[in-house]
Amino acid sequence: MESDLNIKYIAELSRLELSDEQSAKLQQEMERIVGYIDELKELNVDGVEPTAHAAPLSNVWREDEATASYSRQEMLENAPGVINDNLIKLPRVLPQEEA
Amino acid sequence: MNISTATLHELAAELKAGNLSSVELCQSCLDAVAQRDGEIGAFLEINQDNVLASAKAADERRASGNALSDYDGIPIGIKDNISVKGERCSCASKILENLTSPYDATAVERLRKQGFIPFGRLNMDEFAMGSSCENSAFQKTRNPLDTTRVPGGSSGGSAACVAAGFAPAALGSDTGGSIRQPAAFCGVVGMKPTYGRVSRHGLVAFASSLDQIGPFTRDAEDCGILLDAICGFDKMDSTSLPDAAGGFADAARAGAATGSLKGMKFGLPKEYYSGGIDAGSAKVLDAAIEKVKSLGGEIVDVSLPHTKYAIAVYYIIATAEASANLARFDGMRYGCRIEGSDLTDTYFKSRGNGFGDEVKRRILLGTYVLSSGYYDAYYLRAQKVRTLIRKDFENAFNACDMMLTPAAPQVAFKFGEKSDPLQMYLSDIFTISLNLAGSCGIAVPAGVDENTGMPVAMQLLGPAMAEAKLLQATAAFMRA
Repeated sequence: MESDLNIKYIAELSRLELSDEQSAKLQQEMERIVGYIDELKELNVDGVEPTAHAAPLSNVWREDEATASYSRQEMLENAPGVINDNLIKLPRVLPQEEA
Repeated sequence: MNISTATLHELAAELKAGNLSSVELCQSCLDAVAQRDGEIGAFLEINQDNVLASAKAADERRASGNALSDYDGIPIGIKDNISVKGERCSCASKILENLTSPYDATAVERLRKQGFIPFGRLNMDEFAMGSSCENSAFQKTRNPLDTTRVPGGSSGGSAACVAAGFAPAALGSDTGGSIRQPAAFCGVVGMKPTYGRVSRHGLVAFASSLDQIGPFTRDAEDCGILLDAICGFDKMDSTSLPDAAGGFADAARAGAATGSLKGMKFGLPKEYYSGGIDAGSAKVLDAAIEKVKSLGGEIVDVSLPHTKYAIAVYYIIATAEASANLARFDGMRYGCRIEGSDLTDTYFKSRGNGFGDEVKRRILLGTYVLSSGYYDAYYLRAQKVRTLIRKDFENAFNACDMMLTPAAPQVAFKFGEKSDPLQMYLSDIFTISLNLAGSCGIAVPAGVDENTGMPVAMQLLGPAMAEAKLLQATAAFMRA
């Protein structure tokens, strides 16, 4: 399990573009870090409940009431691209149909 | 009075007596920044006009008998991952370089309710990932006490701001020591409150089960004053604790008044004293323990048997949470977008270009430990060991009121000294377990390392909800 760390595959899952040089460096660094965290495997954790969260809270409910939110205009000010002053402009999601 | 070293309560008294106006105070802070921040680099930006306009409004309120609190008109530095409405919030990252906050973080909103003035955006390690501020995409921050050394991180700008005399106090955030370690490196007080004590609404998420906002100040009372201002339940953060919160400044005042630690038990976890800290820091810590005894505190031995696993657990859980939290930065709705050949390519390019090396490393590690086939071996196992670490803390607190430990293995190090990422991670050994346990801790200036002249802190670690006791002890210790 230690040796099959494939940085290019993980970068793909992470949606991170890496240069070949970066990949090589990260591959090396990550192998060392993963080697270090592997020390957890020596510990017997049978029957131990996992901790997801430190606060002793479970479901927190509120009334389902509509309240005013931020204005569309304000939120759009941070968008990289805007259409008609009220929509976020995105790159094409589906491939273009052939004519 | 010397504004560059004054505490919040001293400034409040001067404002109340009419010896000082908020405009004079803020202008003096702005002048200090203009004079020396070119060298220090604590601030990414300060909106002078906003600061002075807020100061003028505070003075007018006070003149008409309508001051919002004793602290109306006092400036507070804000780490750049905490939202201040109308100002940029970049997390020291290129991917958010031009993001303007549409709202105030709850902590900032609560500061404003008392008249505190948000004062500039403080530098940090990108997305709070780092221990030296060297991971900021924009600039270095230098330690005001020795500019060849780092201020610590990730809230290095906040610590440097308070230590350099730019503002009397600041807010930072602590995910694995990011308040306590820079406070230790810069010789100021820094507290990580109990998880859930302060709302995380408006704090840009790094690791949601560990992140907590907290104060940087010049003494314990100030720390209590700021915690009183920002604590408590918030409907915008369902993990904020519903418990009543407050009385923190009063607890510190009580400690300062008596100067006594009688009746308090301080545990020394043996795993934190088995070598691993430099000789100069050890000497200061020994003297601090003697001082605690001389003030009437009782010292007991305790044990945290799973300490050696804490860094591994932390770097699995924190990076797993980070990889999910930072997935939102995709260049679509906000932040930097670099157009690629199609949608996926745009994601790759925007994120590849927008994130720095350390952030990429942690996203990759987090993605790896959550990926198919590895989840059980790493993430689930780490969550189980987290339970063991929490139980270690619970057991230790059965035998003492709080633990007294080092805050860092050494004093502030020099730039570039820790260039290996794993080596940098290992330097967090004394701070990260507390975040995993979810309880509270404080870095307290304890003395100076005789070899370097740099400050050394002791760290007090308390059970959940024990901030008042920590502040009482801190105030008593710092008075003597």
